Amino acid sequence: MDITQDIREVLGSNEAFAGKADRLSEDDSLFDMGLDSFGSVQLMLALEERFDVEFPDSLLNRKSFATIRAIREAVSTLICRDAA
Amino acid sequence: MTTLAARADRAAAVAACHADAVDREGRFPAEAVAALKAERLLGLQIPGQFGGEGAGLSQIAEVCSTLGQACSAAAMVFAMHHIKVSSLVTHGLDSAWHCRLMERIAREQLLVASSTTEAGIGGDLRNSLCAVETSGEVFALGKDASVISYGAQADLILATARRHPEAATSDQVLVALMADQISLVRTGDWDTLGMRGTCSDGFRLEARDVPVEQILPKPFAEIAAQSMLASSHLLWSSVWYGIASYAVDRARAFVQAEARRRPGQVPPTALRLAEVSNAHQAMRGTIVAALRRFEDAHGDADTIGSLGFCVMLNNLKVTVSDMAVDIVRRALSIVGLAGYKNDTPFSLGRPLRDVLSAPLMIGNDRILANTAKLLLVQKSSGQLMSA
Ligand SMILES: Cc1cc2nc3c(=O)[nH]c(=O)nc-3n(C[C@H](O)[C@H](O)[C@H](O)COP(=O)(O)OP(=O)(O)OC[C@H]3O[C@@H](n4cnc5c(N)ncnc54)[C@H](O)[C@@H]3O)c2cc1C
Repeated sequence: MDITQDIREVLGSNEAFAGKADRLSEDDSLFDMGLDSFGSVQLMLALEERFDVEFPDSLLNRKSFATIRAIREAVSTLICRDAA
Repeated sequence: MTTLAARADRAAAVAACHADAVDREGRFPAEAVAALKAERLLGLQIPGQFGGEGAGLSQIAEVCSTLGQACSAAAMVFAMHHIKVSSLVTHGLDSAWHCRLMERIAREQLLVASSTTEAGIGGDLRNSLCAVETSGEVFALGKDASVISYGAQADLILATARRHPEAATSDQVLVALMADQISLVRTGDWDTLGMRGTCSDGFRLEARDVPVEQILPKPFAEIAAQSMLASSHLLWSSVWYGIASYAVDRARAFVQAEARRRPGQVPPTALRLAEVSNAHQAMRGTIVAALRRFEDAHGDADTIGSLGFCVMLNNLKVTVSDMAVDIVRRALSIVGLAGYKNDTPFSLGRPLRDVLSAPLMIGNDRILANTAKLLLVQKSSGQLMSA
């Protein structure tokens, strides 16, 4: 499973990133690009659905959704936790 | 006396003297604002290195509440000014221009106004239609600002706009516009039920040849999440608390006067007073808990930007604005006709009309709808003593 590609696809379905998701670098700040609180909620819901995970409250902060790299790290932790 | 409380009390005493005239004439609380400047209260929040006092939101909140007991309009002007200053303090430190602005605010006691509301957008502060149009080192901006409190009296206005003419409506920046850089043409009069002295007229705002360095470097999305949401809800709530406290004090004085007239008996209205004091204490607890949580976060972006924190602040605004209306209304029913009349020591007409703005100032349903979205992912209610 290519988590990063999946994340890019999920991002692409978000209003703020439509058509831009593939051009984002791993470390581009998603907030600087207009991701707001509602956008991040939509993003979380889509990621939870896509990867069949639940983000605990401790991960519901800006840091976890700041960049593609941060999202991948959060998602990877959750997938490992579920697999264990 | 030079403690902060004493300075606030002196300004509040001036505000109280003119509160009825400000309300009746729907005019700017000029005397109160002059007193706030004389007490150097407009620079309170500016960091010490820029000539201010580096006060935290809890201290500002206390002043808001003190002023709210005297003149709602003056209190709201003070609150709105400090809401804007909180954005400068939180997000302006990396920008030389904004650091100089903070110095000027402290030194010259400049008054800062806010323009987020726009025709066609309403209270949805995270969207704008107007856009900054940059050419070289300067920009132009035209905005149909349907509400700008004390827009005509402010020394500068912080306005939201889209980053550029092609940007999405949510891709916003916050720009500082000095009064001598803009023209304001009045497009709407603020002839309202209450909060009349805020003079929140509608304007067509035009700015030309403004240096681009006056645009705050952070995206407005972050400014809203990191400073504006918290400072707005905390300081507005403190103003409303002040208004409610004034009403409760009138009701208490009324019941005590009754009790003095009939020694040995507890007046029937005392039961209602006990009830309203109960609600008043709950209101205070809600605000103080929120202020503590904000102070405990010590400006940590992750805590303040977290979903749970945002839900907490939204709930604060909705709860406190409704409670404030309820408390003033109940105080009126205790005081009765003496409160309904405009010329008695117990008159509650002005505070009642003023406080009715609380649930509308960013409509509670709009805020609840926003919370509803956030609750789609929040997992638990947290612990009693911590988030
Ligand atoms: C005293 C006072 C001073 C003010 N000063 C300023 C100022 O200095 N600068 C400034 O920019 N603005 C200012 N405002 C305006 C304020 O920030 C809001 O923009 C304004 O209160 C919203 O007014 P509205 O009811 O016309 O707006 P709208 O936001 O258009 O709402 C209309 C109605 O629709 C409801 N609604 C909206 N969205 C939803 C939704 N998603 N779900 C359910 N219901 C919804 C609302 O609850 C409301 O009942 C001030 C307001 C007041 C009362």
